[in-house]
Amino acid sequence: MSGRWLAGKALAALLTLVFVIVFNFFLFRVMGDPTSQLVRIPNITQERLDAIAEDYGVDKPLPTQFVDYVGDTAQLDFGISHRSRESVWTEILDALPWTLLLVGTGTLLATLIGSWLGVVAATRRGRPTDNRLLGFSTFTYSAPEYWIGIILILAFAWWVPILPAGQQVTPGIEFSGFIAEVLDVLEHLILPATAITLMLLGQYFLIMRSSMVDVLTEDFITVKRATGLPWERVVRSHAVPNALLPLVTLSAIQFGIVVGGAITVETLFSWPGLGELTFNAINDKDFPVLQGTFLVFSAGVILANLLADCLYFYLDPRVQAR
Amino acid sequence: MSDRDPRYLLFHTGRGRFALSVVGLFVFLAIFGTILAPDDPDASSTDIFAPPSTSHLLGTTENGADVFSQLLVGARVSIIVGFAAAAISALLGSAVGLASGYFGGWTDRILDPVENWFLVIPTLPLMIVLASLLSPSLGVLIVVIGLTSWAGTGRIVRAQVLTLRERAFVERARALGAGHPYILRTHIFPNVLPLIFANTVLIVAIAILSEAALSFLGLGDPTRISWGTMLENAFESGAPSAEAWWYVIPPGLCITTLVLSVATLGYLFEEHINPRLAERRETQVTAA
Repeated sequence: MSGRWLAGKALAALLTLVFVIVFNFFLFRVMGDPTSQLVRIPNITQERLDAIAEDYGVDKPLPTQFVDYVGDTAQLDFGISHRSRESVWTEILDALPWTLLLVGTGTLLATLIGSWLGVVAATRRGRPTDNRLLGFSTFTYSAPEYWIGIILILAFAWWVPILPAGQQVTPGIEFSGFIAEVLDVLEHLILPATAITLMLLGQYFLIMRSSMVDVLTEDFITVKRATGLPWERVVRSHAVPNALLPLVTLSAIQFGIVVGGAITVETLFSWPGLGELTFNAINDKDFPVLQGTFLVFSAGVILANLLADCLYFYLDPRVQAR
Repeated sequence: MSDRDPRYLLFHTGRGRFALSVVGLFVFLAIFGTILAPDDPDASSTDIFAPPSTSHLLGTTENGADVFSQLLVGARVSIIVGFAAAAISALLGSAVGLASGYFGGWTDRILDPVENWFLVIPTLPLMIVLASLLSPSLGVLIVVIGLTSWAGTGRIVRAQVLTLRERAFVERARALGAGHPYILRTHIFPNVLPLIFANTVLIVAIAILSEAALSFLGLGDPTRISWGTMLENAFESGAPSAEAWWYVIPPGLCITTLVLSVATLGYLFEEHINPRLAERRETQVTAA
């Protein structure tokens, strides 16, 4: 039955999340003891170390620690950042909107431009336009997104200095109003969002192109053309809607890649999102923060997969009939 | 020679020749790059961020080191990590895929969720977490990338083994009293090997990109020059603001060209194994 298919998917997603939490515990407690980094502090006394160990709860036996850990995680208590001494959850909540803004803009632009170019190429199959688009998208698809980002910075922040090289707002400015602040943020968003868009564009283009090529060879397209419908309308109202389905699956798969891109691109542009938070945590060996961002990234990807499954279920009658 | 022949695809098509020569060149550099480098890649001088000239073909870095020499030497890390990590990934992926596909039952019920988990979890964050818990070195990079990229291979092998297991020639062997090791060795494994191979070539490309990304984030081997660490150093030292394009563009271009070529080889092998894929691509080209 159809409902059971969705319920099964939801259960699988939940299990994967539980698996992440257990894995996190083993990584950060068993492999990397949170106090192990502190031993490197010179002249630290054993009493001080014991006190820290008690603070973290690592003096208790592992099973007790595990129960504590699961309880804390369920209450979104990921501990305290070594660097800022702030709660990890607060830091994540502060960073999350920035990442969503950057990644959301990039994904939206990549989907729109990528699929549009895919349609353009598929309808001009084998011609120079198609070949050029294929070459361009394969190149951006293979190129590291942070490299494209560095080139964008070099070109548009220094060579032709028209855009800011980093950060989310111009520092030390009193904005006259909300609109002025939004415009300033948008100006800062252009380069990093372009980097994310170029990173994702190729895949959307390639999938849309091959999906369109398939649809265009189907009989119903020939029949539509035979009825005298203009070619433009055949493409727009009949071919494109039928070619969109693979894009839904792709956007879920892409989400895992987007997360990787967010880390490198945010680092590059000092964009204050989860990616930069992760990068700073790597540099400072700030394991509670690293653990927190890893959990949030994983939960995000698992959720995106589940959403794609739901959407697929809704869009494709063949799945519902199963 | 049929046009489905791997030799034809490699040596007589434009993209096959291009991909093969690029990979060949970089493998050559990985071996002889240190000898060919005109300068000591670590040598510092006062000539910082100098543009390309006859003494420095691709200019100098923030320490006055020769960019061209660093580029030649950097090929080694990409090639070693790419191939070694892909080998680990191929080993793990085919072992898990063979076991869960062939034995089914409880083996499958335990291995399948593990495989699913590795497929769903975002790879770069997982690599970052593992790499930052261990101290960075070439070996750590290889193991971390290998451990996190096998699930796709596992999935493909499992699916193929599931259909092979039911074929008549396998059933016949079983009826004649052949044991599991024999059937796996003579009937199952040879039939999934091409698939594993094509997929592993694609993983080489992913591993090269992963090494570069981890190195860019400062998780690379600090004692070795790689294209990823070059980009990290260029960025950290403010090469963009110095408009030192000669320092920024070449390492990324090397990564992109190598990844593109390796991936092309992977697609060519895929076409060889799965002619339907090639036919589709072919009709796309000839129909125009």
